[in-house]
Amino acid sequence: MPANGAPIFAPWDDPAAKPLIRFENVTKRFGDFTAIDNLTLDIYEREFFALLGPSGCGKTTMMRMLAGFETPTEGKIYVGGQDMGPIAPNQRPVNMMFQSYALFPHLSVYENIAFGLRRDGKPKDEIHHRVEEMLRMVRLQKFAKRKPHQISGGQRQRVALARSLAKEPKLLLLDEPLGALDAKLREDTQFELMDIQENTGTTFVIVTHDQEEAMTVASRIAVMDEGKVMQVSTPDRIYEFPDNAYVADFIGDVNLIEGRSSAAIDETVQIEWAEGQQAITAQTSRAITAGQKVFYAIRPEKVTISPDRPADAVNAAQGKILDIAYLGNLSTYHVQLPTGQVIKSQMANTRRISRRPYTWEDEVWVSWTKTGGSVLEG
Amino acid sequence: MRRYLVIALPYLWLLGLFLVPFLIVLKISLSDLNLSIPPYLPQLDPSAGWAGLKDFFSQLDFENFVFLTEDDLYWKAYLSSLKIAVVATFFTLCVGYPMAYGMARAPSEWRPTLMMLVILPFWTSFLIRVYSWMGILSNEGFLNQFLLWTGIISEPLVIMNTTTAVYIGIVYTYLPFMILPIYSALEKMDDSLLEAAEDLGCSRLQAFWLVTFPLSKSGIIAGCFLVFIPSIGEFVIPSLLGGSDTLMIGKVLWEEFFNNRDWPVASAVAVILLAILVIPIILFQRNEQKQREADG
Repeated sequence: MPANGAPIFAPWDDPAAKPLIRFENVTKRFGDFTAIDNLTLDIYEREFFALLGPSGCGKTTMMRMLAGFETPTEGKIYVGGQDMGPIAPNQRPVNMMFQSYALFPHLSVYENIAFGLRRDGKPKDEIHHRVEEMLRMVRLQKFAKRKPHQISGGQRQRVALARSLAKEPKLLLLDEPLGALDAKLREDTQFELMDIQENTGTTFVIVTHDQEEAMTVASRIAVMDEGKVMQVSTPDRIYEFPDNAYVADFIGDVNLIEGRSSAAIDETVQIEWAEGQQAITAQTSRAITAGQKVFYAIRPEKVTISPDRPADAVNAAQGKILDIAYLGNLSTYHVQLPTGQVIKSQMANTRRISRRPYTWEDEVWVSWTKTGGSVLEG
Repeated sequence: MRRYLVIALPYLWLLGLFLVPFLIVLKISLSDLNLSIPPYLPQLDPSAGWAGLKDFFSQLDFENFVFLTEDDLYWKAYLSSLKIAVVATFFTLCVGYPMAYGMARAPSEWRPTLMMLVILPFWTSFLIRVYSWMGILSNEGFLNQFLLWTGIISEPLVIMNTTTAVYIGIVYTYLPFMILPIYSALEKMDDSLLEAAEDLGCSRLQAFWLVTFPLSKSGIIAGCFLVFIPSIGEFVIPSLLGGSDTLMIGKVLWEEFFNNRDWPVASAVAVILLAILVIPIILFQRNEQKQREADG
């Protein structure tokens, strides 16, 4: 997109942009349990927004509040500037794709897709036209007359998608939409979902616990934990610049090192992290004060492993290879330092495994650059 | 070999406990009334050999069936039984469906208790329960005493010994047979289907008619047959709660058998009743079959 001159799609960076969905200080309690804790969040039109978190973090509750199946205990939810509080689920410009797909077992694929259109009392030929269009979109024309139990899981998933898109909602909610599919099909379907989202221009909000899925499909991700949003950002920023140790740990693999930092000078800090180890030199834009407790987070693939100390390395430590996890294209080495700490390093397997230069118990050096990791406030 | 044995067992059971008694009844229905013990002729005399067998079969005829068509009591009783069974089944459905629905929508920790309450009446004798309805419905019964006490009525209602009492008796007795299949159909239903229906623009009521109701249809059909089939031949309820004007074929059969001691005619009535019931039983089986296919 930037290549042909079109602006990058990033309404969240544009202060003039109006959000399609706004959560305003929303709190939801079930008895004593606080599912959503004073949450404020904006989602923009045409976004593919992912709510990511472990089970019980409140992501499904947020989606159900958008659909209207739950009402916030406190706070307000706006869709297109309109307060959703008094609006019943069947009146909202929102459709949902259920985790269980919730296809009507007594209706054919065609009837399932037509269900919502019929409720709107649209003329017959218009309904027919639209259903045919949806069937074409999900490539299920041949299966129109089948009942849901006569098609495969992947096809059912596509029927559910077609049914929820048939009414051209402003907003489509997807609750763990790919959870029931096997890995290969899931990957294909992720790209299909992205294509459909782009072609229809619908705003998608997806709930998932699968970080890879969220990273693949989403324009932005909200990482949630215990009813709170821990960080909202684009996948690359979530990965490269996590706001806190929780996000760093939840997304991908990470080495989290606890230490005490010096004051930031020229956006550079020195972190004392273990007796007898050289302090970590790291770049940060945060205002860190001297002696502050911090976490240093660095991804395994940003840690290099070498037989000798690299001459130009800013940060380096010696250790012994404890474990090697062979993943095919990559290998993850667990290197134990004399302090007992284990640093994970991930290297591409550019050579065949028989010619791998390191093996168990080898003395090696791990090293990383000044900008490789993030300094997080503890 | 073992497979045949497994299949043979239930078939032998059916043969011994259904087919043989039925053939005996069929044979009696083709016999003639006689003042003897047992009160019909002919009797098969095995000692007479082949000639005795021939003689035996030559005496069998369809006289009793012809008699049933000549006296309008019988076909009126059949028709009236059908009507009472249809109406009672409808009322049972009207009472049973909301109960089954309430049970299926109740919190899951309540469901075993509610189920228990539905089954509980089976723990006492059916006869005693029907008798206790006499205590409730009679002119000095609990119902009338209560209504007189509240002042809603000034004269006791005459319910006992009317067809209304028979309807009440049938609805009460067969209610569990209606509730259980409907409940099992409703309980299987995924709640997210209703949410999906609402999400797609249905009101609650529309969602019920378009989703819940069609999905409980097999339960409704099963429940209706389970109530309808035994109601047609019911004789305890009409003879205890019904009046002289309540005409039901089960009662006619009972009177023919025990009061008139006319075993051949009573047997003919029973054979025809069975023939009438075969149709709904086959339809019921077909419904069950279809449901199994849909589930499988």
